[in-house]
Amino acid sequence: MKYVDEYRDPKIALALAGRIREKVTRPCVLMEVCGGQTHTLMRYGIDELLPKEVELVHGPGCPVCVTPLEMVDKAIRIAAMPDVIFTSYGDMLRVPGSSGDLFQAKAGGADVRIVYSPLDALQIARANPAKKVVFFGVGFETTAPPNAMAVWQARAEGIRNFSMLVSHVLVPPAMRLILSSPSNRVQGFIAPGHVCTVMGYSEYEPLVNDYRVPIVVGGFEPLDLLEAIFMLVAQLEEGRAELENQYVRSVNAAGNATAQRIMREVFEVSDRKWRGIGEIAESGYRLREAFASYDAERIFGLEDVSAEEPKECISALVLQGLKKPVDCAAFGKRCTPMNPLGAPMVSAEGACAAYYQYRRHMVAIS
Amino acid sequence: MSATFICPTPIATRERIVLGHGSGGRLSAELMRDVFLPAFSNPLLDRMDDQAIFEIGRERIAFTTDSFVVKPLLFPGGDIGSLAVHGTINDLAMGGARPLYLSAAFILEEGLATETLRAIALSMARAAAAAGVAIVTGDTKVVERGKGDGLYINTTGIGVVYQGARLSASNARPGDCVILSGAIGDHGIAIMAQREGLEFETEIESDSAPLHELVGDMLDVSTSIRCLRDPTRGGLSSALNEIAATSGVSIHIDESKILIRDDVRGACELLGLDPLYVANEGKLVAIVAPEAAEEIVRAMRRNEHGRDAAIIGTVGDQHAGLVTMKTAFGSTRIVDLLAGDQLPRIC
Repeated sequence: MKYVDEYRDPKIALALAGRIREKVTRPCVLMEVCGGQTHTLMRYGIDELLPKEVELVHGPGCPVCVTPLEMVDKAIRIAAMPDVIFTSYGDMLRVPGSSGDLFQAKAGGADVRIVYSPLDALQIARANPAKKVVFFGVGFETTAPPNAMAVWQARAEGIRNFSMLVSHVLVPPAMRLILSSPSNRVQGFIAPGHVCTVMGYSEYEPLVNDYRVPIVVGGFEPLDLLEAIFMLVAQLEEGRAELENQYVRSVNAAGNATAQRIMREVFEVSDRKWRGIGEIAESGYRLREAFASYDAERIFGLEDVSAEEPKECISALVLQGLKKPVDCAAFGKRCTPMNPLGAPMVSAEGACAAYYQYRRHMVAIS
Repeated sequence: MSATFICPTPIATRERIVLGHGSGGRLSAELMRDVFLPAFSNPLLDRMDDQAIFEIGRERIAFTTDSFVVKPLLFPGGDIGSLAVHGTINDLAMGGARPLYLSAAFILEEGLATETLRAIALSMARAAAAAGVAIVTGDTKVVERGKGDGLYINTTGIGVVYQGARLSASNARPGDCVILSGAIGDHGIAIMAQREGLEFETEIESDSAPLHELVGDMLDVSTSIRCLRDPTRGGLSSALNEIAATSGVSIHIDESKILIRDDVRGACELLGLDPLYVANEGKLVAIVAPEAAEEIVRAMRRNEHGRDAAIIGTVGDQHAGLVTMKTAFGSTRIVDLLAGDQLPRIC
């Protein structure tokens, strides 16, 4: 398949792994930030190809995993209200809230629908003028432009029965949090290529300078990741800390100006709570005042709903790369994709689910 | 490890049926284990094969039932009617049986166009005639508008087991070979492409086809076939996981041996789906004795529904119940049962 197979060539993969092995002389800890990258690493068993010196830890870049408990609770409350059609990307439906998930809300009579795009949700709003159509706007900078577009378009068309439950988060503040932690182990980052396609990569420059940490923007195919790992290992071995771009076929320094413009028009930066991590200052988006009438939290009066995360759950440590999923006593036993105790076990992109699906034969599960 | 590293969130209880219970994955298995087996348990059912096999007089009879709720009713490569006939025939064939008679029960939604029903009935008749089976009894019910998706079909099928065939998901033994009859994912992607309005350079057609003649050809050359499964709902992964669990063995497959059409792979990439979990309606997976494998593959390749048959893996005795796959990069990963439905990913 064109544009795919080129980046999955086993011969080149093994050659790249060989170059990493030749280059590396001492242990290093690297983090792939994005859940899509974790998924590729596990699916292709790339970590098995790497020399033992290279340890990969998995970052907080799974939108499903970091959406806070209270947002899922709010989604379930809205979905259960009369005359509401609640729309969402598929994998949010199985995320456990304080009690139950959206699938269970659906089974209990709520009109919950899976869509592939917020614009599909807008179409449902047009087709059902007597219903209140709500879209669950989760994700990083990648899903923000289409979500902004949907709200913008709803206002432009005067559609009044559409709103969005916004839980958008941003990558650089989360990386800064990890780097500023006294127990940080991460020595180099693979920055998320899709986020950088939208945002460009210049906003990672301050992180490189402030923490003297190598950052390489990486893609999502096996060869992308191996090349990005090689570039990070080379920087560490050569004593460099630079911002480099492996994913040149998609990413440039400035990013997608049109996407950024619509995001800025509709959203503004705000503090956000991250599941398993807690509140991070200026780490997300909320709708601007001019779009307040499309804000589902306001429309349905749920601004004050909050939920306490279970303090003992180790997903906070997993999402910061301080623990591996297999370090959790519940992993593969009480916590499985069937009965996810924490969010990283829910989505295929979540570190725990990726480990469970592809790797649990490596650890003894009784 | 500290005992405080235990997530105290209560395990979700499922007080209602969710869509995932129909996915053929772990939730479906849970329903069988917790609801149906305790209620109906008997030696024939407890074998958990796709069909029950019992003796009447001197004949060994295979008996099966299936329901069809596919949306849309018509899709490239078939329709709900031909699918119902093929699916029922295949459930019998996987027991090593020659299908003879089918029943067809229709649940119709008020307002369904009679012309649509006529077209589907004719399609069923054609599929049955082509496969040499007869639809000999049936039933019709009508539900109010809004209470059904136009049309649901339930079928039963009955057939006679070929002499010498002793097939069961519990028969796989370490050392056996795993054979797959052709490319995977066509049916599921054809349906999904139609549902989502996706268009490709060439139309992806469902592989819906009757497999009893292919099975007959296989049994003609060897009685060392241990088990046959058609990887429908839940895909190749579910079929292999069921066999591994029921036989108490491990199964190891080789990614590079599994055929997937380019356009199916492309659609899977686009939708964020793994082809190992996508449904097929005209493929089978066979567990066979190693010494017979090559000859069985040759026989399969002579049949139009087995042209691309290949040995894709082996049965082992480590990690009972586990299915693993050697990736194209030489590493190994688990091929798990899906928990519920395969969900489109956010990004």
